[in-house]
Amino acid sequence: MRPFTYERADSPAAAAAAVERRPGAKFIAGGTNLLDLMKLEIETPAHLIDVNGLKLDTVEATPDGGLRIGALVRNTALAADPRVRRDYGVLSRALLAGASGQLRNKATTAGNLLQRTRCPYFYDTAQPCNKRQPGSGCAAIGGYSRQLAVVGSSDACIATHPSDMAVAMRALDATVETVRADGTTRSIPIAEFHRLPGDTPHIETALMPGELITAVTLPKPVGGTHVYRKVRDRASYAFALVSVAAVVQRDGGGRVALGGVAHKPWRVEAAEAEMPRGAKAVTAGLLADAKPTHDNAFKLTLVERTLASVLAEAKG
Amino acid sequence: MKFDTPATTNPIDQLKVVGKPTDRIDGPLKTTGKATYAYEWHDVAPNVAYGWVIGSGIAKGRIASMDLEAARKAPGVVAIVTAENAGPLDKSKRNAATLLGGPEIEHYQQAVALVVAETFEQARTAAGLVRIDYTPADGAYDLAAVKDKAEKTKDGDSVVGDFAGAFAAAPVKLDETYTTPDESHAMMEPHATIAAWEGDRLTVWTSNQMIDWMVTDLSATLKMPKDKVRVISPFIGGGFGGKLFLRADALLAALGAREAGRPVKVGLSRPLMMNNTTHRPATIQHIRIGATPDGTITAIAHESWSGNLPGGSEETATDQTRLLYAGANRLIGNRIATLDLPEGNAMRAPGEASGMMALEVAMDEMAEKLGMDPVEFRIRNDTQTDPADPNRPFSQRQLVQCLRLGAERFGWAKRNPKPGQVRDGRWLVGLGMAVAFRNNLLTKSAARVRLDQRGIVTVETDMTDIGTGSYTIIAQTAAEMMGVGLDKVAVRLGDSSFPVSAGSGGQWGANNATAGVYAACVKLREAVAQKLGVNSADAQFADGQVVAGNRRVPLAEAAGADGLSAEDGIEYGDLDKKYQQSTFGAHYVEAVVDAATGEIRVRRMLAVCAAGRILNPKSARSQVIGAMTMGVGAALMEELALDKRTGFFVNHDLAGYEVPVHADIPHQEVIFLDETDPISSPMKAKGVGELGLCGVGAAVANAVHNATGLRVRDYPITLDKFLDRLPAVG
Repeated sequence: MRPFTYERADSPAAAAAAVERRPGAKFIAGGTNLLDLMKLEIETPAHLIDVNGLKLDTVEATPDGGLRIGALVRNTALAADPRVRRDYGVLSRALLAGASGQLRNKATTAGNLLQRTRCPYFYDTAQPCNKRQPGSGCAAIGGYSRQLAVVGSSDACIATHPSDMAVAMRALDATVETVRADGTTRSIPIAEFHRLPGDTPHIETALMPGELITAVTLPKPVGGTHVYRKVRDRASYAFALVSVAAVVQRDGGGRVALGGVAHKPWRVEAAEAEMPRGAKAVTAGLLADAKPTHDNAFKLTLVERTLASVLAEAKG
Repeated sequence: MKFDTPATTNPIDQLKVVGKPTDRIDGPLKTTGKATYAYEWHDVAPNVAYGWVIGSGIAKGRIASMDLEAARKAPGVVAIVTAENAGPLDKSKRNAATLLGGPEIEHYQQAVALVVAETFEQARTAAGLVRIDYTPADGAYDLAAVKDKAEKTKDGDSVVGDFAGAFAAAPVKLDETYTTPDESHAMMEPHATIAAWEGDRLTVWTSNQMIDWMVTDLSATLKMPKDKVRVISPFIGGGFGGKLFLRADALLAALGAREAGRPVKVGLSRPLMMNNTTHRPATIQHIRIGATPDGTITAIAHESWSGNLPGGSEETATDQTRLLYAGANRLIGNRIATLDLPEGNAMRAPGEASGMMALEVAMDEMAEKLGMDPVEFRIRNDTQTDPADPNRPFSQRQLVQCLRLGAERFGWAKRNPKPGQVRDGRWLVGLGMAVAFRNNLLTKSAARVRLDQRGIVTVETDMTDIGTGSYTIIAQTAAEMMGVGLDKVAVRLGDSSFPVSAGSGGQWGANNATAGVYAACVKLREAVAQKLGVNSADAQFADGQVVAGNRRVPLAEAAGADGLSAEDGIEYGDLDKKYQQSTFGAHYVEAVVDAATGEIRVRRMLAVCAAGRILNPKSARSQVIGAMTMGVGAALMEELALDKRTGFFVNHDLAGYEVPVHADIPHQEVIFLDETDPISSPMKAKGVGELGLCGVGAAVANAVHNATGLRVRDYPITLDKFLDRLPAVG
């Protein structure tokens, strides 16, 4: 871990300004991912701005019948929120499928969106990794890639995004709200928030330098049956091999997003039109451009089978 | 005390204290945080500096250059140790890989430097500033690729009769290959050591299972006299065989302390655990079984291939097959190839843990071919003598009793022998079983026992407690022998200034270490009797008193102001040559498989064990359920993922290397048969800590097969290996 300086911010814009001022500065909230990465010197921020005191920790109703989730709402609190449980069950279930109780107590909504990949080569600083060290190459391609991406990957990176929460938010059409140093705000649809790796896998989101997430908003509830199915090698405390977030309506239509398959929560809206026809047709649309490795080709079958099971469960 | 004839009645048989499910006496220290672990000796070594180990970034080759300049100038740095300035070092015979590498690199994350600084954080930061250029060389990393270059191991093959002829003639045959992956011990406490020099004397506070091995190997490596090295390791946060030996933490702490001129502490970071230390090596196992239609085995062959660094040993995965089942024609042997991976070495139940995962699936497959119940097939081929030597009986072998009792308690009769038939909602349900088998090893063990004027009995031995319950069973032994309650016994372990014990490994600790304490107590009883002027054979030790004829003297009084002390140990004759000493069990498992996703979950587990006298049913049960948990891990998830291009284990943390979590472990039940084995020792006990692991993985695998009808012969059984063979989701 490299030495760093530290300050507490007292407003969102001031926090953004503090990061913008200092090259190599980072926000810290729960720290469940950042601190681990700092110990391994995968992240080496020179300065940390602690945003925990910014009071962005409430869940509020929006005028249009949705919810506005403060950036600092802890995963445990969000999963337990009665409105989330009632109207956005897929989100509550996704949160509870992630990490452990202790980590969820600490992890924040914004931090969860900004988790970095769990690609094991990213975690070993003796190995080349374009995400960790741009231009150094990708050791995962041709290496051990069982957990890694099957779709949307590039010749530079086959990492996956590890979040469960973000997959549900993608299915729910959430919007990420931000503030910049000059106080300007913007709303980023979650579909545009996470990026595909392309040839710049180190740039993972649409955030500009210094831009701070203040909230995630959910549109008004869409009804339907909410399912989050996470497939993993052990029963708890493991990252998804694949996960399926689904909202299924009575007519068989609905929405589907996938975790564990791409550099971002994976959703192809056009494929959802096939939902009444079943999992095979939907999967064909979702994974049309898949380029799996030898190690992870099973994920294509697994997505289809898991989705079939989810759709059957939703039908009841 | 020489133990060379079977035990007769002795004070242990009273079972007033021994055999009771006593809570562990070190429990309160551990639950209140007062038990001092290796990294936590804050008071004994003042002015300690912190060392951070740098591991090699390549698996094979040379260090071309090492730039220490920036690190030396970093804040707080006290010293940097490398092979260049460490002085002459030897390598002990128990180490295959050199613990401080450079310029030659033998494996990934082989230690190449120790950075010592005033604080932990400074050491770690400075280590990040060391720049190393490597010249990589090609290495051999993939066992399957070098299998054909493997050689027979020095023990040679066990050949009985004419295997080839009998197998060719057998009406029912099985010929299959099974693989097990590299596994990591992944114990909770990483390797850690504090080292301090006083002149030419070295003391290390460390975490080590075999104190005398550690003293021997550390002094040999440092080329110094053994009596100048003291090792202290009273509490150990798990080892599983990963801490049997001198490892880089202790050597580098000693070198760092010498270079820094002050005490140094070194803990290995979790990522170093997988590639810097030892692991259970992968195996490829070829099994052939021939039988007559009534299920009598006529031919059995088990060959196993593993790899290791030059000088390293093989995984002895076939050894149980020499002893477990009858069969007139046999071919059994281990093969070893050279690999440039981190050192392969002992991990809990080395040999049998891997071997039983293959053999007991093969037996299940064979039973299916024969149309026999797998329990009955095993019973049909039970043997009460060494199959290679009919004149050499087992000292005790109640395998059949374990199998029958287990079948009854588990409800085995309800199992549908036709696989893939039972469904519970989205789950396919299966039952599986396997035999448990592990040898009981005898090794000498000594102790010192003191009786003081308060009537307190203090036991000192360099035995270790790696979480197993050694403290407690040793206290029970001393209490039983001296006729006192546990509150009058103090046990001090894990210090090389104490008599040399068996140590903790190979499930030999409990029987041998308590037998050593028994021997010392016999001598102390004699000393007490002599002091009182009575014949020791006539003296009864009970309720804190010595009773001889009409005399009744409190022990405290008998001890007198100066107290009494005795030292002795157990040594063995040839009873383990005349008799085969082994432990037995039966594992039963119910597993379910998600019909859509292939996720496997274990629903319930039962182990029935026959392992001699159970010294403490509570700590023994904890050992067995822990082993059963480890077996679930081995069956379903544990695998060091190898990058075959560059030769390292990629998933080197506990997020990537998955072991079972609480949610994976269901209801577990353990039954111990009421057994004593007078051939094993005066304690009539045997090992049990590894027995519980042997065969569990196969029982899980067999349950998965019963649930799905699918066989996976390549551990761990993960869903990607059979997903495409599951029926369509409907």
